[in-house]
Amino acid sequence: MNMQSVMKKTVVYALLIAGSVFCLFPIYWMLRTSLITMGDLYQMPPKLLPNTFMWENFTTALEAYPFGRFFWNSTVITGSAIVGVLFSSSVCAYSFSRIEWPGRDKIFGFILTGLMIPFFVVMIPQFVFWKTLHLTDTFVPLIAPAWFGGGVFNIFLLRQFFLGIPRDLDEAAKVDGAGHFRIYWQIIIPIAKQAMIVVGLLTFLANWNDYLGPLAFITSEENYTLMQGLTLFQGSYSAQWHLMMAATAVIVIPSLVIFLIAQRHFIEGIAMTGVKG
Amino acid sequence: MKTVASYEQRLTMPQAGKRRRPPKDLGWGLLFASPVLLGYTLFVVIPILATLYLSFTSYNVGSSAQWIGFDNYTRLFNGDDPFFYPAVKATVYYVGVSVPLGIILSFFAAILLNQKIAGRAIFRGIFYLPVIIPIAASSMVWLWLLQPDFGIVNYALDSIGLPESRWLGDTTSVIPTLILFSCWTLGNTIVIFLAGLQGIPGHLYEAIEIDGGNALHKLLYVTIPMSSPIIFFNTVIAFINGFQTFVQPAVMTQGGPNNASLMYVLFLFNEGFKFSRMGSASAISILLFAVIALFTAVIFIFSRSFVYYEGGNAK
Repeated sequence: MNMQSVMKKTVVYALLIAGSVFCLFPIYWMLRTSLITMGDLYQMPPKLLPNTFMWENFTTALEAYPFGRFFWNSTVITGSAIVGVLFSSSVCAYSFSRIEWPGRDKIFGFILTGLMIPFFVVMIPQFVFWKTLHLTDTFVPLIAPAWFGGGVFNIFLLRQFFLGIPRDLDEAAKVDGAGHFRIYWQIIIPIAKQAMIVVGLLTFLANWNDYLGPLAFITSEENYTLMQGLTLFQGSYSAQWHLMMAATAVIVIPSLVIFLIAQRHFIEGIAMTGVKG
Repeated sequence: MKTVASYEQRLTMPQAGKRRRPPKDLGWGLLFASPVLLGYTLFVVIPILATLYLSFTSYNVGSSAQWIGFDNYTRLFNGDDPFFYPAVKATVYYVGVSVPLGIILSFFAAILLNQKIAGRAIFRGIFYLPVIIPIAASSMVWLWLLQPDFGIVNYALDSIGLPESRWLGDTTSVIPTLILFSCWTLGNTIVIFLAGLQGIPGHLYEAIEIDGGNALHKLLYVTIPMSSPIIFFNTVIAFINGFQTFVQPAVMTQGGPNNASLMYVLFLFNEGFKFSRMGSASAISILLFAVIALFTAVIFIFSRSFVYYEGGNAK
């Protein structure tokens, strides 16, 4: 290896390590702070590791508000949304890729404009709509859209994938007497498992991390999601950063675990589709 | 004797004669598409029309809407609403700096992550990691990092002799601080750039090498031109997302201090949900919609002149 390429490698590594520190330090500092005592918060110079590991910060933080309840609410909303999105977006993607019907591509093109329509533009009428049905302050406004198409983006992603599946498979199944339901369920879905996993993961993140939706539609504390619980906590424990960070860590950990398990799917999924903000 | 072809055989069998036209299954097509057809009508098309209508009314939930013509709009533009221009200013400042900065940083991060080095997959995972953290949660963490008196960042600055900052607590530094925070969550943009870089054919770089070019030539004459469609794409998406920055100011500053970080959508949310002025909030969201639509259109039109598409099918 010549001098120049050693130099180049060193620079690349130095920059990558600097970037990694920037990305990881906040997460590390959150975990570190969640385990120290109140007194250590103001200790100068700050210690990189806790003097004593205060695991009871977690119990104190979680008992301050019904976090168990919030956790359950977030789980129900996210779970129902994932099932809804997987079902409805794949069914629609099937229609837009495997069934020939007049006007299909024009309608799909029209629906694609939904990709650039901000939620903020439809938020107020949606709120009025759910209010009229007496369904605000329930999970319905947060879950229902998942069952009605599950987001244009997911349909787009699955449709792209379905288009790549050889047509002959359908033809062969049709000869064997299979209808659209069987082709969808027994041929397309098993082949598209990879894409379905990506859609499921993105839906998990979108719903688990959602802040705006619950803020707009949920009002009573018993229906709060974890994100709302966190801001509730912020209101009364603003100076007790060790407890704040413990509560934050609890919210972050499910996302972290899922990311570590499915990292490859996330990154491939984003690259595969190229969209999603 | 007639034999039944096996599944595999049928897959590879040459089609006898011309391909039969696939039947038109309007009924099945509509049935399978019905969730999104209903959902798009119910949750997108009707609401947009309703927003447009409500923007010409004075309305709050519970009362009936009063038609007031363009009053909501003139009130905004005349500056009768004390928050409109501060919100526009904060948003333009934030988007105008964070988008170009984010695009440049993530493009160079993608180039680094595309080098053939050991541990590349781990670095990619680390650069992506912040994206999966709920923004509400990471906002809390950054609040603590940047806490003016006891935060680690000010401590670090102080100990190497640099001046401290009030970060989110000062009208002049609050937007730059939010821009800094935005640089932490560039993972999606980086991954999309990375996918693009991987598609650049190696022989283009070899050609530069043969001509005696260096790394800078490769960057200027191959990497950037070949990535231009993706740079363009990422920029459009970043602008559209940037205009909708909500959680960070909502959690970290509530728009303060002195409305310096009152992002447009936070202003919109407050107008509708805090002050229950749904008519005015609708007008505010129609303006957002118009800006985003205009932006998308303008960039798409101008992109023809500077974006390189392989195969030249953009013409």
